[in-house]
Order: sequence, then structure tokens, then C-alpha cells
Amino acid sequence: MNNLIKFCFALFVLCVSAAASAQVNIEINTPGVVALKRSMQTRHTQLAEFYNNGAVGLTSDGLVALRDANAVPLASRQKVNGLVAAENQDRKALYTEIARANAHPEWEGDIRNTFAQRWIQRAQAGWWVQSGGSWLKK
Amino acid sequence: MKKIWTVLPLAVIALSACVTINIYFPAAEAEKAADKIIDEVWQIEKSGTVSKSDKSSSVAPEIKMEKPI
Repeated sequence: MNNLIKFCFALFVLCVSAAASAQVNIEINTPGVVALKRSMQTRHTQLAEFYNNGAVGLTSDGLVALRDANAVPLASRQKVNGLVAAENQDRKALYTEIARANAHPEWEGDIRNTFAQRWIQRAQAGWWVQSGGSWLKK
Repeated sequence: MKKIWTVLPLAVIALSACVTINIYFPAAEAEKAADKIIDEVWQIEKSGTVSKSDKSSSVAPEIKMEKPI
């Protein structure tokens, strides 16, 4: 009987330590994430202009989209389309990479939703964000 | 010795219950991680600490208390 109590106690300690280790941080310091971050950072210096004039907005699914093509002069429309496509490619890769780096590829959707909310919440005043299917100026 | 056949299945159930904790998505942690990345991508700097340090320099000098003998 004494052994049983000891065993149960050991099991309890094991469970507590397992539960404590379950509260892991989200790993974002992998080479893949760092590279994507840097690529998005350099692109942002070009994209910021189009966030500011409303040509490009933040979508509710964690990406960016060309919202108002008329805000872009004809000459640079091709450039904006390229920027938006490249940015979305990086963003999708970022969500996949974070999920993969944390050994939970199935978290990708959750990570994308979390990012979508945070991008929109932290957007600067004057930028356009998508909310419930319609565009809204912050 | 027969006791082990009752304890062992219980142990397995308890352990598996612990492991299942791990599959829940840590939303709060993810939000923090997202904010960190957004800060870097958008190069948002935290401001508001400059004015505080200026004020601290103009604090009146401390008055030294002498111990009664």
C-alpha cells in the first residue's frame, strides 16, 4: 500500500512537470522566420506609401490586398501588384513556418488568425483594414 | 503483484491526459509572438521614455538625516 502511495505521488509530480513544460513559448527564432521577417521589413519601406494612400489594405485573413487601384498612378500599378503578391507569399510562408517550427503544422490557421487580428489592430491611423467583408479606414 | 495490473492502466490514462494539454493552441503566447514580429516588420519603436528621464534629473537633492547621538 505504501508503494502505491509513493507511485501515485511520483505520477502526480510527473504530471505537474509535464503540464508546466506544456506552456511553451511560440518559437519564432528559426532561420526561416528571421529571413521572412527581414524580407518583409525591406518590402515594407515600399509598401508603406500604398498603405498610407489607401491603395493597399490589410485583409481579415492576415494578408494584404489592392483595395483601390485608382489611388496608384498607372505607371506604378505593375509595381504595386508585384509588391502585394510578394508580401502575401511571404506572409503565408511565415504562418506555415511558425507552425512548423513549433512542431504543430495544424496550428497554421490559428496562427494566421492571430496575425490577422494583430496586423489590423496595430495598423496606423489612415490605413485601410478589412472588417466583416467591408473596408474600414482606421 | 497483481496490483500492478490495476495501477498501470490508471497510470497510462493519467499520463495521456497530461499530454493532451499540449495540443491546445497557446493563443496568448501566439499574440505576443505576432506582436514581436509586427514590431520588427513595421519597425514600430516604443516611445514615451524620453520625457521621464528628463524629469528625474531635476529632482531636489536629498537631505541627509543625522543620527541622534
